[in-house]
Amino acid sequence: MAPHTEQLTRPAVQLRGLTRSFEGRTVLDGIDLDLPAGQFTALLGHSGSGKSTLLRAVAGLDHGVAGSGQLTAPERVSVVFQDSRLLPWRRVLENVLLGLDGKDAGARGRAALAEVGLKGRERAWPGELSGGEAQRAALARSLVREPELLLADEPFGALDALTRIRMHHLLRDLWQRHRPSVLLVTHDVDEAIVLADRVLVLDRGRIGLDLTIDHPHPRSYREPVLGEYRERLLAALGVTEDHR
Amino acid sequence: MTTVTTTTTTTTAPATAAGQLPRVRRRRRLSPGRRLPAARLAGPLAVLTLWAAASAAGSLDPAAIPAPWTVLRTAGHLWTDGTLPTDVLTSLERAGYGFAIGLTAGVLLALASGLSRTGEALIDGTVQLNRAIPTLGLIPLFILWLGIGETFKIAIIAIVVYIPLYLNTHAALSGIDSRFVELAEVQGLSRFTFIRQVVIPGALPGFFVGLRLGVTGSWLGLVVLEQINATSGLGYLMFQAQNYGQSDVILVGLLIYGVFGLVSDSVVRLIERRVLAWRRTLSN
Repeated sequence: MAPHTEQLTRPAVQLRGLTRSFEGRTVLDGIDLDLPAGQFTALLGHSGSGKSTLLRAVAGLDHGVAGSGQLTAPERVSVVFQDSRLLPWRRVLENVLLGLDGKDAGARGRAALAEVGLKGRERAWPGELSGGEAQRAALARSLVREPELLLADEPFGALDALTRIRMHHLLRDLWQRHRPSVLLVTHDVDEAIVLADRVLVLDRGRIGLDLTIDHPHPRSYREPVLGEYRERLLAALGVTEDHR
Repeated sequence: MTTVTTTTTTTTAPATAAGQLPRVRRRRRLSPGRRLPAARLAGPLAVLTLWAAASAAGSLDPAAIPAPWTVLRTAGHLWTDGTLPTDVLTSLERAGYGFAIGLTAGVLLALASGLSRTGEALIDGTVQLNRAIPTLGLIPLFILWLGIGETFKIAIIAIVVYIPLYLNTHAALSGIDSRFVELAEVQGLSRFTFIRQVVIPGALPGFFVGLRLGVTGSWLGLVVLEQINATSGLGYLMFQAQNYGQSDVILVGLLIYGVFGLVSDSVVRLIERRVLAWRRTLSN
C-alpha cells in the first residue's frame, strides 16, 4: 500500500514566504511549504516554536496577527482542536451537524458518528461523554464536512495513553477512507512517526527538517526501523543522547 | 462513630495488634447530608401552625393580626362580591405588560450590546447609569410625563424588570468562551446561526438569573405603585383597608402577592430546568 499516488502532484496547501510575528517577535520566518493533496503530514516542534501559529494561519484563524507571505489552502478545511470543543448545550449529533445544512445532513451526521464508534450516542449531551468519546465526536464533526484539508492541533494531547493509541488507529483509518490532506501538529515524536508519512520539524520559525517516512502501516512504536527516524527527529529537535 | 475494616495498608490509625489488619476511622462528614423531600415547606408550615395556635389561644390581638381562618373567610367574601377578582386581574395585567416589555427590552439591548462594539458603546454605559438611579425615584417624573394612568405604572415595572435582565444576560453573553467563537468561525457559521447556536444558548444561564430577579422586581414595583397612586388593583385594596382598619383584608392582599411571587418563581425555575437540561450533566 503506497500512499504516494498521482494525486499528490497537486498541492493542497502552498506557503510562500509566510511570516508571522507577535509584538515584534518573529514566530514564523518566511516559510515555504507545499503539502500535496491527500498527504498525511505531521508538524513537530517545541512549545513556542510556532507550530500552532502555522496551523492557525492555514486555518485562517489568525485575525489581527502581523505578517506577510502567500498562502493558498483548499475551500473545505476542518480543524480538530486539543479540546473537543463541543458546545455543551447541544446534543452530540447537533454538535456534529454544526454549520451543516441540507436534507441529508442528519443522515450524514449519524453515519459520521457511527464511523468514529459513537453510534447510539447521538442524543447524549457532551458533558456525558468521556474525554476520548468527546474527541471522537469532534473528529466526526470535522469529517462530516468532507474536508479537503484536515488540520489537527495536538488533538490527542489531553487524552490518556491508552485512549491515545486507539485514537491513533482511528485517525489513520479515517484518513485512509476519506483521504483528506492532514496537517497534524504535535509535540510527540512517536505519535508523528506512527501516524504520518512526512514529518516536518519547526525550529525557530523555519522548517528545520523535512523527513519522509517510507514504512508500511499500521506501524508500532517498537519497530526498530522507526528508531532511526526517531533519532533524526530528536536530533533536529535538539534532544541529544545526554539529554535523555 | 462507625468504623470499617479495610485492607488498605496506608492508614493513620495504628494497628492494634501484630497480624491484625489496621482499622480506618471513617472521616467526619462536613457536608450537610442528604436533602429531605419537600423540606423547604417545613419552615412556612411551622410559622402557619404557630400563628393558628396563637390565634386560637387568644394571645394575638385580632385587630392587629387576625386568625388564619378569618383571613380565609375575608378572602372568600371579597372573591364572591367581585372586588378581589377585578383587583387581581388589574394587578396581573400591569405586572404582565410591564414584565413583557422589560423582558423584550432587556434581551434585545443585551444582544445589541454584546454582539457589536458600537452597541456596547451606546448601550452599556447608559444602562449602568440607569441602574444607578433607583427606579422608584423616577415615579414623580414619570407621572409628570405619562400622567397617573396605566402607562406610567407599566413603564416603571418595565424598567425594574429590564435592568437585571440586561445586566445578567449581557454578563453571560460576554462571558461566552472565545474558543466557541473560534469554533463557529472554523465551521463557517453565518452570523444568524452563530447567534442561534452559540450566543443565545450560551447566554441562557445568565438570562435565567436575570429573569428570576426581574420577576421578583415586577411584583415589588407593583406593590409600591399600587399603594401610592392607584384607584384599582391589589395594592389599592390594601391601602383602602388600612384606612378602615381592616387588617384581614391587608393580609389577604399580602397572601396573594406572596402566592404570585412563589408561583412565578416556580414557573421560571421549571422552565430553567427544562431549557438548561444540559447543565445537570455537568453538575452530576
